[in-house]
Amino acid sequence: MLEVSNLVKSFGKFMVINGAEFTIQENEIVGLLGPNGAGKTTLVNLISGHLFPDSGAIMLSGRNITKAPPYQRIKLGIARNFQITQLFEELIVLDNVRNCLLSLQNKLNRFFKPASAYKEATEEALEILDTFNLGRFAGELAANLSEGDKKILDTAMAFALRSKFLLLDEPTSGVATADKFKVMDTIIQAIKDRGTATMIIEHDMDIVSDYCQKVMVLSEGRILAQGEPQAVMENQLVQETLFGVSDE
Amino acid sequence: MKRYLFNTRAYAYVAVFVALLFLPRFLGAYHLMMFESGLAFAIMAMAHNLLLRYGGLLSFGHGAYFACGAYGVGLLARYYPDHFSFELAILCALALSLAISVLFGFLVVRHTRIFFSILTLALSMLIFAILVKAYNFTGGSDGIRVEIPTFFGYEFDMRRIQFLVGPYYYILLGVFTAATLTLLAIVNSPFGKALQATRDNELRAEMIGAQVKKTRWYAFVISGLFAGLAGAVWSFVNGHITPEISDWVFSGEIVYMVLLGGFMVFEGPIVGALVFTYLKLYAISSTEYWMLIIGSTLVILVLLLPGGITGGFRSLFLRLKR
Repeated sequence: MLEVSNLVKSFGKFMVINGAEFTIQENEIVGLLGPNGAGKTTLVNLISGHLFPDSGAIMLSGRNITKAPPYQRIKLGIARNFQITQLFEELIVLDNVRNCLLSLQNKLNRFFKPASAYKEATEEALEILDTFNLGRFAGELAANLSEGDKKILDTAMAFALRSKFLLLDEPTSGVATADKFKVMDTIIQAIKDRGTATMIIEHDMDIVSDYCQKVMVLSEGRILAQGEPQAVMENQLVQETLFGVSDE
Repeated sequence: MKRYLFNTRAYAYVAVFVALLFLPRFLGAYHLMMFESGLAFAIMAMAHNLLLRYGGLLSFGHGAYFACGAYGVGLLARYYPDHFSFELAILCALALSLAISVLFGFLVVRHTRIFFSILTLALSMLIFAILVKAYNFTGGSDGIRVEIPTFFGYEFDMRRIQFLVGPYYYILLGVFTAATLTLLAIVNSPFGKALQATRDNELRAEMIGAQVKKTRWYAFVISGLFAGLAGAVWSFVNGHITPEISDWVFSGEIVYMVLLGGFMVFEGPIVGALVFTYLKLYAISSTEYWMLIIGSTLVILVLLLPGGITGGFRSLFLRLKR
């Protein structure tokens, strides 16, 4: 459903993405691994429309979205979270999620009637908050949440956009280690219930091998290897890039 | 909790509205007219605060849109005195401020923070220059006289002062109430929430599908329209308009009103505008160094009461409740 072909993006002379190519099927949950500076976040930015590539193409369900602005991609079904949380901090938690839903229904330009009177969006927002265990914070300012909860809210907002393809950039960074798997369980369960194709960037190998059906390794702007988690991890080239070890 | 808050707000609104209905019985003609200017400025300050509080954009040139409204009325009075009715004058005012804020807004929303402020300031001075230099058309620095209008076909056969302390007070109160409720509805609407989203996080707003610049542009136009409305209703109170209202000094006073009343609370600018009107009046009548009083008040305000008058009350209320 998502096809990326021969993608190139450079900042000045520095080629960050250098001919990346891959496909993601429907219902698939893919892990993206790679050393620091491999271009993972840039790749997310290119797919979500925050940046535009120098060349190459991005297709979503057969439609070329390489040059589509972010708001069009969202309507077409691409959503993302942020590695460094990006919330509407001076709005209440409910409004953070409800804004996503109202945006989806093309209602962000409605005047006069209060947002709380949009019953459908409000109820769905509360449901999503419950799914992510944030229900009790619905009336709090987003700024008052703990770092871990902010991170979860960030993911909940991406999830609320009801995308066909979801980009999760380190959804558990900043979440307490003890809670990591609990949070991932919640997220993955929600994704599976909807059948959303998902790409997860993660540093934690255990998380990747537990939750992803497929793994891709990005290195120096290219896809170095892809396949089943176990097979990819055993790939010698991958081990060298990711862990810096090699058999003598 | 929220329902309870909403109700207290609604009750307070009704109470204040009723009190305002009976105000002419208690205030003398002079003070009532001052209060009327204050109400007009209050609409202006709320319009300004739509951008400042809810859009995170500090306009330093809102006098321009106020002037557009006032000159919409003034030009109608000057060129079509036979058709000088209140409703038509308001329409002209809104049309002129709409046209200018659509155009200027399109340019300024490309920037935020200080760049936005400076751009709005520069563009407002452009309006000032036009109003002063196009002497033949606008009357230049002499300005334009604004007579008593007809009101939906009804002619007021009375002296100006009688008109102002009588029927006009209720017309103005009606406009003020409508403007306040409309703006309150707008800030709580999905659009208002989207605007606040662009204020809090431009990047995220874009990534949930909001069109940031468009949202800001709309907000700018709404703000410009209400500023124009304020200018229009004010011009009748003042009876005379001059280009000074598009000058940056007046734009600065608008910012001052908003800060004085407290920009974090929706009703803050109303309080600020009314207090400022009287503060300036008493400062001017008591000393020729009145600007010193205004200036030192601002310094005290920023240092001791950054949330303005209403912000101060709110934190006091919250502390007492605890």
